[in-house]
Amino acid sequence: MARRRVLPGFGLTMGFTVLYLCLIVLIPLSMLPLRAASGSWDAFWQTVTDPRVIASYRLSISASVAAAAVNAIFGILVAWVLVRYEFPGRRIIDALIDLPFALPTAVAGITLTTIYAPNGWIGKPLDAYGIKVAFTPLGITIALIFIGLPFVVRTLQPVIESLDVEIEEAATSLGASRWTVTRKIILPYLYPAWLTGFALAFARAVGEYGSVVFISGNMPMRTEISPLLIITKLEQFDYAGATSIAVVMLVLSFSMLLTINALQRWSSRRLLT
Amino acid sequence: MRWALTATVLAFLAVFLLLPLVVVFSEAFANGVGPYLTAIQDPDAIAALTLTLTAAAIAVPANLVFGICASWAIAKFDFRGKNLLLTLIDLPFAVSPVISGMIFVLMFGRQGLLGPWVAAHDIKVVFAVPGIVLATIFVSFPFVARELIPVMEASGTEEEEAARVLGAGGFQTFLRVTLPNIKWGLLYGVILCNARAMGEFGAVSVVSGKIRGLTNTLPLHIEILYNEYSFQAAFAVASLLALLALVTLVLKAIVERRVHQQLGVQEGVREVERVPAA
Repeated sequence: MARRRVLPGFGLTMGFTVLYLCLIVLIPLSMLPLRAASGSWDAFWQTVTDPRVIASYRLSISASVAAAAVNAIFGILVAWVLVRYEFPGRRIIDALIDLPFALPTAVAGITLTTIYAPNGWIGKPLDAYGIKVAFTPLGITIALIFIGLPFVVRTLQPVIESLDVEIEEAATSLGASRWTVTRKIILPYLYPAWLTGFALAFARAVGEYGSVVFISGNMPMRTEISPLLIITKLEQFDYAGATSIAVVMLVLSFSMLLTINALQRWSSRRLLT
Repeated sequence: MRWALTATVLAFLAVFLLLPLVVVFSEAFANGVGPYLTAIQDPDAIAALTLTLTAAAIAVPANLVFGICASWAIAKFDFRGKNLLLTLIDLPFAVSPVISGMIFVLMFGRQGLLGPWVAAHDIKVVFAVPGIVLATIFVSFPFVARELIPVMEASGTEEEEAARVLGAGGFQTFLRVTLPNIKWGLLYGVILCNARAMGEFGAVSVVSGKIRGLTNTLPLHIEILYNEYSFQAAFAVASLLALLALVTLVLKAIVERRVHQQLGVQEGVREVERVPAA
């Protein structure tokens, strides 16, 4: 401890870190509970149990779960193929995985809407079969799949890299089928990271706004997500109502954050042992 | 099995990642080069571009200074509450973009806590440029710190201690010893931070008020054009941001390899920590 203090600047850097954190993040964020506490409990309860608000929570959560589940399934395949197989263009595809992080959400939003609209590249053929994507919950799910994909892939890739091929070979030489190896060795090893990826994708999807707002159609009770409802209330200067909805979302986000932290600790412990 | 899996994955990625990228550019040039150039040279589009660049030019350096300070304090010293501090730095990632913008409205808006004070001093924050800058700083806050902390931890403290013992000053130690060790991680954080700062939509949308030519950033300008059914113009402006995204991806891929090399050489790679940010 004393030896470490050979290095200078702890007071200065720590002081600035805490000051900046408070000014930019903590004080602004504290506005939300402050504002919520100044209102009455009855008004809060009335807002968050309003059928339109409940419908938006239900939609945001169910579309996010569906999207995270699709990402979990395809994400593990993508990560596996990118780590284990060699094929031309692999490095480019690997770089492309981060596109949803790099592409601004508004661009993703208008593009996905154009693709899945009834006259769009994919929307048109689907429309011929009577499947509507844009302006339905399915469209919202598609947008959330897009923005959530990198989370699962990027969480799993390093873990798959650390998976020792020799263990699989040993199991195979002892007579285990490929399916048994997958089920008994590979999946249990990947499980914590897989869950982490799912949770990260879900957490991002619940709060997502830009990529969803164009494709959702925004019909109250049917395709209106919670973040949009907050904006609607803010535009009507109903700050108390917006705060109430936001507080519920914030509680959900923070519990996700705690879950993800716990999952990551679990995941790294398993890798070290 | 191998080929079936690869084919499935490639098909999935083609539909979900490649197709959107193709569509942005094909829609942007749907009516040819002329209308494309007209759309991106529109005065409102240029004003939006200027504001986006301004906001990023303030947010990125501010978060860079914070990232360096935070990672120095966290990686080079031991203190109680380190894990709490790390969690607090990650907070902006856990918050919905809409809420990120809303908290600044609650703070500086007409009914906000500091609203009367701000109005009395004739400062406009919400529905003006300062609000946009604040929201941008908030959403891009953790990127640099998050990338630098593992890199600084991996490089340890011995080299800096040696420099100190040999008589180097604090700032000199940082500049000559620490900085060369962390430069790729630093650049990586800046690239991610900049991409988020320039592309943010939700948070900025709440605080901006969307006044054309004044408080419109590029992503907001895209929304306005799109909602006016000027699809080709919207995609033309969007193609600029898509280009930025592609540049970001290329730089990221190059720098990422350097970061890995640096981490790998210095210590066992702590891959588990490199979970995606954003």
